[in-house]
Amino acid sequence: MDAIFLSRIQFAVTTMFHILFPALTIGLSVFLVVLEFLWLSTKDEIYYHMDRFWGKVFAINFGVGVVSGVVLEFEFGTNFSRFSQLVSNVFSPLLAFEVMTAFFLESGFLGIMLFGWEKVSRRVHFLSTCLVALGTILSAFWILAANSWMQTPAGYRVVDGKFMVTDFSSAIFNPSTLTRTGHMVAASFETTAFVVAGISAYFLLKGRQLPLFRLSLGIALAMAALFSPLQIYLGDLSGRQVFHHQPAKLAAIEAHWKTNVETGAPFAVIALPDMKGEQNLYEVAIPNLLSLLVTHSITGQVQGLKDFPKEDRPNAFILFWSFRLMVAIGFILFFVMVWAAFLWRKGRLCVHRPFLWTLLSVHPLGFLATELGWITNEVGRQPWVVYNLIRTAEGVSPIPAGNVIWSLSLFLIIFPVIGAIYFFYLLKTLHRGPDLSSPIPLVQRPIGMQPLQRTQARMEGE
Amino acid sequence: MDLILWACLVGLSIILYVVLDGFSLGVALLFPSTKDERERDLLMNSIAPVWDANQTWLVLGGGALFVAFPMVYGILFSALYIPLLTFIFGLIFRGVTFEFRANADRKQPWNRAFFLGSLVAVVAQGLTLGGFLSGTKVVEGQFAGDPLNWLNPFSLMIGIALIAGYILLGSTYLIIKTTGSVQEKAYGQAFWSALVVLGFQILVTIWTPIHYPSVLSNWFSSPRIYFIWTFPLLGLAAFFGLIRSIRSHREILPFFCSVVLFLAGYLGLVASIYPYAVPPTITFQEAAAQRETLRFTLWGVIIVLPLVLGYTVYSYSVFRGKVGKESYYH
Repeated sequence: MDAIFLSRIQFAVTTMFHILFPALTIGLSVFLVVLEFLWLSTKDEIYYHMDRFWGKVFAINFGVGVVSGVVLEFEFGTNFSRFSQLVSNVFSPLLAFEVMTAFFLESGFLGIMLFGWEKVSRRVHFLSTCLVALGTILSAFWILAANSWMQTPAGYRVVDGKFMVTDFSSAIFNPSTLTRTGHMVAASFETTAFVVAGISAYFLLKGRQLPLFRLSLGIALAMAALFSPLQIYLGDLSGRQVFHHQPAKLAAIEAHWKTNVETGAPFAVIALPDMKGEQNLYEVAIPNLLSLLVTHSITGQVQGLKDFPKEDRPNAFILFWSFRLMVAIGFILFFVMVWAAFLWRKGRLCVHRPFLWTLLSVHPLGFLATELGWITNEVGRQPWVVYNLIRTAEGVSPIPAGNVIWSLSLFLIIFPVIGAIYFFYLLKTLHRGPDLSSPIPLVQRPIGMQPLQRTQARMEGE
Repeated sequence: MDLILWACLVGLSIILYVVLDGFSLGVALLFPSTKDERERDLLMNSIAPVWDANQTWLVLGGGALFVAFPMVYGILFSALYIPLLTFIFGLIFRGVTFEFRANADRKQPWNRAFFLGSLVAVVAQGLTLGGFLSGTKVVEGQFAGDPLNWLNPFSLMIGIALIAGYILLGSTYLIIKTTGSVQEKAYGQAFWSALVVLGFQILVTIWTPIHYPSVLSNWFSSPRIYFIWTFPLLGLAAFFGLIRSIRSHREILPFFCSVVLFLAGYLGLVASIYPYAVPPTITFQEAAAQRETLRFTLWGVIIVLPLVLGYTVYSYSVFRGKVGKESYYH
């Protein structure tokens, strides 16, 4: 157990804990924008209460996201200071721009969004919600740009082992920034859509607050209908981008050992990759499919993992399975939406109990897919911290292992505790349900407001 | 020129963090001074809408350091690994408490978490500063010292001094935000913490040159000798202004004087160690990043930072005035 290994584990633990929260924050902030827009345009009171209810979920989530995120910004220095010093000329501005354009925007308007209901007008409040949402998306953009630069570096030259910037726009918009950002933001929207749909389905099954949760379910499923197919397309784009820029990663993901010559590369559906033996111990494969998927030609050549020196190969076992589970979840969610489309045509979306139960049971899968996607992304970059240029082992801080044992143990105690408490209070908030009785602050009341009772009566009549 | 601006930006972020999060942490440190749950709600509500934005200045300070002086970022963050991460652990507990406490039926555990998290964060900040001033061994641009080098009586003293300092900021902030008995109590807390802070500032002024000998020669060499004495003088003036304004029950002036008191100490410190960014060997010029990086990011700062400051002021103005009985939390 050396400082290298421990620092990697610690970074993995802290990022994997952290990403759970932005995965919901990004999507939920946009969901709140939609709700508040509906409240502003229809003046229907029910949207105000929906906004407040989902806003509570957002607030609990945001708090944990912020504090777990600060850790990461520090770890570049505490645990990977050599990496930080080598690449800072190109890499650090991306993080600084994240702070300046995203963190301040989020935190500056979050106060008004959560606590300003009685202090500002409807328009200013709506604007604050929009700016918080913009902040979360910008934050995703910058951090994905930084991560993508580590995967597909561009806009630099190396002078005496140090990275010097040559062109910032190609560093920021490096070959994988846009595909990766799109894939992550869509993941967040899809995760959120299914979380909102699952919770709404629960309330519908229990017969509580039917009108409010029918509307929530409707909006969430509209989001899911858009993003579940789109995400499969974006995932495919990401995959082909990896094929072009990180061939060793792709070969490991596909457990593809030998470069195919004149024949198509098979796609392994199930495999047990053996890193030592350089082969799959067991495999079920479909001929030519891998070539077809990544090159769009039956006989397209796909480089095998054996083409790369042993010390440059990422772990095929982890990658093979993390990737496949992620893809499987993507398709499960897609098929749920196909089912939803059928029910919608029959007008039975909110009453079909097996469908509602399904929504409830699949609702955490988005989080799992997000984690698996990041595992694929980051394990696939190994053994490099900057792909093909700096090994992870060369990037670690000159600190004793004892430091990291200390901090890692604390993280391993604190994060599960905070995670469990977060979950407990989240369930409690959900259990209490929406608060329809608290009056709307005067500054928020529009002229000609449609009162809640009328909407409820209308919807129950349908 | 770029370098000077960057050094100013790092310095500005740090002092803004110290003052802004300082009062948030200070309010949390005052949690044990009351047994009334409604009063605690009031304290909490006084900082709830702003704490997150306040804390962001820390992240900007770290980010700006990373951009402009990557060597300093790398060396100091490795050297101060333990106090910095302890600081973060404290901030984690402080940060999650806002929502968790609001949702809890039993507030007591969260009152403790809020106080202890903040206390840990404050002491760890002091240890970080103390460790920074204790000097860092550097070999070939990398940290090469002992991982516990930051732990010594001097840095412990700074950790304790910071408790008093943040209580001063917190209580003078509460004077602005509250009325009646809570405000009355805050006047008392401000008065006593001001005395303790003055004591510690004198102690720090005497101990720093002993702990860190080149500071003494810095003070008495040209050109510093011509202006270094203005900082303690400014501090003393702020202190007397503070005491007078507390006595005469002014509302905004005590907070303002406390900020000046902090500023005097901070600038005095900066002037004492300039131009070293990693005492005692690395100057900020040596640690600088590539010119293009500095220039490019500086443009971003010039465009974005005024906006940030603008909406920060706006957000404070939305929540200006006394914090009332309104329940921010559901």
